[in-house]
Amino acid sequence: MNINDVILKTVSKAVVLIILTFGIYLFFSGHNHPGGGFIGGLVIASAFVLMFLSYDSETVSEALPIDFKKLSGLGVLLAMSSGIAPMFLGGAFLSQSFGYFDLPIFGKTELATVTIFEAGIALTVIGVVVNIILSISEDE
Amino acid sequence: MMNNLLVLPMLLPIIVGVLLIFLRTYGRIQAWISLIAMALTASISGFLLQQVQMDGIIRLDFGGWEPPFGILFVADSFAVLLVLTSSIVTAICLSYALISTSKELQTMYFYPTVLFLIAGVNGSFLTGDLFNLFVCFEVMLLSSYVLLTLGNSKRQLREAIKYVSINIVSSWFFLVALAFLYGAVGTLNMAHLADRVAEVGQTPLLTTISIVFLVVFSLKAGLLLYFWLPGSYSSPPIVTSALFGALLTKVGIYALFRVFSLIFHHQPEITHTIIGIMAALTLIGGSLGAISFNDLRSIAAYNVVVAVGFILVGLAIATPAAIEGSIYYIIHDMVAKALLFLLIGTMITLSGTSKMAGMSGLMKNYPLLGWSFFIAMLSLAGIPPLSGFIGKVLISSAAIDNGSYVLLALSLLSSIFVLYSLLRVFKNCFWGETIVSKEEQLPLRRGVLIPCLVLVGLTILIGLGTESMSPYVSGAAETLVNPSIYIDAILGKIQ
Repeated sequence: MNINDVILKTVSKAVVLIILTFGIYLFFSGHNHPGGGFIGGLVIASAFVLMFLSYDSETVSEALPIDFKKLSGLGVLLAMSSGIAPMFLGGAFLSQSFGYFDLPIFGKTELATVTIFEAGIALTVIGVVVNIILSISEDE
Repeated sequence: MMNNLLVLPMLLPIIVGVLLIFLRTYGRIQAWISLIAMALTASISGFLLQQVQMDGIIRLDFGGWEPPFGILFVADSFAVLLVLTSSIVTAICLSYALISTSKELQTMYFYPTVLFLIAGVNGSFLTGDLFNLFVCFEVMLLSSYVLLTLGNSKRQLREAIKYVSINIVSSWFFLVALAFLYGAVGTLNMAHLADRVAEVGQTPLLTTISIVFLVVFSLKAGLLLYFWLPGSYSSPPIVTSALFGALLTKVGIYALFRVFSLIFHHQPEITHTIIGIMAALTLIGGSLGAISFNDLRSIAAYNVVVAVGFILVGLAIATPAAIEGSIYYIIHDMVAKALLFLLIGTMITLSGTSKMAGMSGLMKNYPLLGWSFFIAMLSLAGIPPLSGFIGKVLISSAAIDNGSYVLLALSLLSSIFVLYSLLRVFKNCFWGETIVSKEEQLPLRRGVLIPCLVLVGLTILIGLGTESMSPYVSGAAETLVNPSIYIDAILGKIQ
């Protein structure tokens, strides 16, 4: 059976871009507003899932050679490392710090170590969600 | 700086577990790395125990947020003793896995999952926040779901469906109870909870909430609500069964002890009476189960149930001596149950069946295995000088002092039932006509008995070294009996 999915493919090409942008926006806005690593990660993962749905998994895997199992492991490691680093600097586990820096283009910017932690969470969520969907769809 | 060590018994297994995901195809290397990680965890907890003994309760406020606002880990002797024992037992079970399990199992994320399981277990022991306890429970349970289904046999999947659904229901109850409690007293920090509950008095509403907690933890511990336990503990590969039997119910028991000695201890005539009745029924049910099966793994699983009932008798009586006895017995039971499951697993591998009828005269071919089983049996029955003795003596004498003669009679009778159930196994499987001749017998895989012998050594050592353990255990019991020690250590600074 070969359904005609031209519309789906064309639309998802545009929509994936929008979803990814929105996901990254949510990730960064989470610092002071609703959003954050978990939600941003979920939205980004949904973009990947849409790609897997509209194209077949071989095409997507070729374009995105990522092992999502390892991605989630990497995420946990990244999140943990931001918790462990302060232990070597005399702080308590999971201590966070932030500072203001003058960056070119951006101007005065707040940089916080909690972003590293959130990035880890986002990677983990992406890895786990995509992995779950792929494992279910691979059922023979 | 020093108290950052406190997070390592949970953090180290997680990090090593994640690293092992990247080494998926190397079964033996994974086994060795996880063994080293658990040995490290055990030595860190040994060091922590020493620290707690010298300086009192240690705490670690995550991210520097002071209680009651942040989440924290608290190490008192009770928690650290359990962390130490569970780390050692896990290390020994892992070494058994290294020697005995199939390559498929080893490369299907078995070791990372075990490490995540132990992270959840250690986290549950150490946390000082009731919601964090829920999270650690979930970490442990999710790993146990994976471990239960790894191996992919039909029976495992059937039991896993029951196990997963019952645990999801009980986790939901846990959340509901947490919501009620937060609505009632406005905090989830254990010390702060204890403080506030003591301040307002344990009103009927709070007692009702505590009973919801009792139901939740009883489901996890297998106290009366153990209907799911024998099936799910007897279906997975034997190493998994040993880990489950040694550790998982203990986490529920720990939560019961913590919550009902620290927070809800003002209405013992209601809560502790209910615990007593549940413990008594558990003893009866477990004893009957233990003698009524011919399947070795079911017998072992019902032995887990009996021990749960026995330990909770100590909480129901709740005198310092009884609590002390329970702590000794929990430690003993972790070691002895792991030993029992590993021995039974070895017997099943050797004879190819888990039914008693299929085994006979194993003693002639495998004397070392036979005598190890004999010692495990004596230890579980509470014969001195093995590790089960001191716990039974303390709980029994506390029951006499307290006038709880029904509980006393039931707990002593249950010991006889335990002895009978294992003696039946010993008589049928080890004595009798040797079915398999010397030439045809399956050789024991090299080194497979070493983990069992280490556990045998441990149970003897705990029994003989009771004297040197007693300062730690009585310290743990003292903190449990006097909640003010715990509360002051956590909230002392800001009040």
